[in-house]
Amino acid sequence: MRKIGIFVCHCGLNIAGTIDVQRVVEEIKKYPGVAFAADYKYMCSDPGQALIRQAIADYGLDGIVVAACSPAMHEVTFRKAARAAGVNPYLTEIANIREQISWVHQTQPEEATRKAIETIATIVEKVRYDEALVPFSLPVVKRALVIGGGIAGMTTALHIADAGYPVVLVEREAQLGGKMRQLSGLYLNFDAAPDLLETKIAAVMQHPNIQVLTNAEVVELGGYVGNFTVKISSRFQVPGYKLQVPGSEIAQSGINPQPETLQPETLQPETPQPETFTFDIGAIVVATGFDLLPKSELGEYGGGRPPDVIDGLQFERMLAEGEIRRPSDGAVPKEVVWVQCAGSRDPELHMPYCSKICCMYVAKQAMAYKQRVPDGQAYVFYIDIRSQGKGYEEFVQRAMTEYDVLYLRGKVARVFEEDGRVVVYGVDTLSGKAVEVQADLVVLATAVVPSAGARDLAQRLRVSTDEYGFFSEAHPKLRPVESLTAGIFLAGAAQFPKDIPETVAQASGAAAKVLGLFAQREMVQEPTIAFVDEELCAGCGLCVAACPYEARVMHPWKPIAVVQTALCQGCGACVVACPNKASSLRNLSTEQLLTMMEPVL
Amino acid sequence: MTETATSFSEIIQARSGEPLHTCYFCQKCTAGCPVAYAMDYKPAQVVRLILLGRRDTLLRSNAPWLCVGCDTCGARCPNDIYLAPVMDVLKEMALEAGLAPAEKKVYALHQSFLDSIKLWGRTHELSMLMEYKLRAVDLFTDLDLGLRLMLKGKISMLPERIKDLERVRALYRRVGR
Repeated sequence: MRKIGIFVCHCGLNIAGTIDVQRVVEEIKKYPGVAFAADYKYMCSDPGQALIRQAIADYGLDGIVVAACSPAMHEVTFRKAARAAGVNPYLTEIANIREQISWVHQTQPEEATRKAIETIATIVEKVRYDEALVPFSLPVVKRALVIGGGIAGMTTALHIADAGYPVVLVEREAQLGGKMRQLSGLYLNFDAAPDLLETKIAAVMQHPNIQVLTNAEVVELGGYVGNFTVKISSRFQVPGYKLQVPGSEIAQSGINPQPETLQPETLQPETPQPETFTFDIGAIVVATGFDLLPKSELGEYGGGRPPDVIDGLQFERMLAEGEIRRPSDGAVPKEVVWVQCAGSRDPELHMPYCSKICCMYVAKQAMAYKQRVPDGQAYVFYIDIRSQGKGYEEFVQRAMTEYDVLYLRGKVARVFEEDGRVVVYGVDTLSGKAVEVQADLVVLATAVVPSAGARDLAQRLRVSTDEYGFFSEAHPKLRPVESLTAGIFLAGAAQFPKDIPETVAQASGAAAKVLGLFAQREMVQEPTIAFVDEELCAGCGLCVAACPYEARVMHPWKPIAVVQTALCQGCGACVVACPNKASSLRNLSTEQLLTMMEPVL
Repeated sequence: MTETATSFSEIIQARSGEPLHTCYFCQKCTAGCPVAYAMDYKPAQVVRLILLGRRDTLLRSNAPWLCVGCDTCGARCPNDIYLAPVMDVLKEMALEAGLAPAEKKVYALHQSFLDSIKLWGRTHELSMLMEYKLRAVDLFTDLDLGLRLMLKGKISMLPERIKDLERVRALYRRVGR
């Protein structure tokens, strides 16, 4: 018979203000199997934890119930305290009498006290049948996959490779560089994007630890964190771009090459035949970048039909090529209008979010235009100017003061062609006047949207996206570079619109997360997951379909289902699905649940 | 929008010496202005209309004429823009364009004030106000107040002349008046 100790926390007055903790202790002492019960002001404090350790030593307890706040708060704290005193951490459980009782029943102290006693009794029953579990450890494949060869992907790949680990960099296009390849001079100091990019590309191409696969896409992902299996389809290799096969260089760098299924002799760079390679991968970084909302979506701004209404990237091409000419007749435009928030901050019709990069690049483009056409007039229609960054606000002010760019606060209502010019109807809310500009050229700062195919890729990777198709971060504040899937990290505009400095920062963060994973000899995993009783399993496969984490597969030859322990999250869907009761959760078995019901019936 | 938007704002900036392009449109000038309540375009809107090149609107606006030149706007402005000199330029431009001042009485007071200085080298309230009343065709307003001030000796009957009146008159000649 297990000797169980009960520790009731007052949590100041959070619990003791409603629940009669002394009575709870007196009542629960009488419950079968309870060898010790005590209450304390703050059980999570050092003296509180010392009380638990002392009681374990004095009474030889081998099961602990802490009646306190939510297990999300302090389960780890109390399991650590119990382990320090020699009790298996999985024999320590929390009875939540704060969030679920004292906080919600403040007006009914009598009922709350009774509910607390019953709740603690159910957890006593659980602990009585808990098994002493040991966490699993899993090996880690120390090779990273980076999806996307833009500035985000290249930065991540270089950081990981510099640390000595092999990286596979997959790029859908024929060349590395991503959207940055299309840019001209960058804000804040008009650095030429191609120059910055060439240095990065050269570093990536020459790095012995980086394998670059261009014209390639991830087609299939299997496995789990530390042990992914990735299938990559490469349409063809462009001359000059290497496909490096791991071998001598990587072995020299001190990393043991993982078992490799890539066959060097099957590579035929000349033939444009699709080829599929399989890699064993430990961690994945998604850096698929962005696209611009097509102009055709913006009916009120010409729907993409007028040739002299272009988007920000088209203007970047003009700047990069040096000459600013109207697409229609090749004339130098003398009146140019930039329309900010074209499709952004428009919840009714388009995207509700702020695309973040437009305020800055529009200021830069208007300045670059004035540098090339000093007698031209630049107008910028905006709703708000968001220039948050070091030197950003000053940069926008320079556009207004030094370059005489006329900023008009108001959204453009309509853009249409008339007599060879583009008419812009807008308003200047600062003077309250309607404004009409006969423009030669209109540049739409169209909304930033996820890269085409991002949703499909997310499905293949089993990573969640938000409603717009941007990859979801694990926590908006504290885990912004991790996806919700273990071992898959995010970098750059794939997660949300970002400019280059922010992208590089996040890419470095993603690399640090990957290196943190690779620094571990092996990974530790919670043992409170599902298992299959081979005697009872009939091999019907219902659990395979029920599992949302693809953690359940059929045995290669035996007619039974098996658990992929690294993927199982312990949700219990398989337990419900199993008609034979062969599927069960560790420390939450069906029998345990039924006994837990006894005290409350 | 006219093609002269930039040139008009540049003329005003050059003549007033105020850096209007740095304006944030935070409206602090309007919020602090003691006479904004009576203006058809508030101080910040005047700046806006200058940048938009709305010459005609501005030269017919009463805002420049109502500005009392207290400089509260400039004292509070985050970008150190003083609007009184800007308002002066707008008044000058309106007169140069041959437009009737939007506030005739204000203009009449300015005229009377300048005439008084030209005549005496400093203001003589009694003759200045008499001239104003004739110019503004407003003979009876505040008459009782004026009488009480005279009885208390606050408004002197006789004007005082300054020592070197010629130097003041030279200033008037220089601006062609």
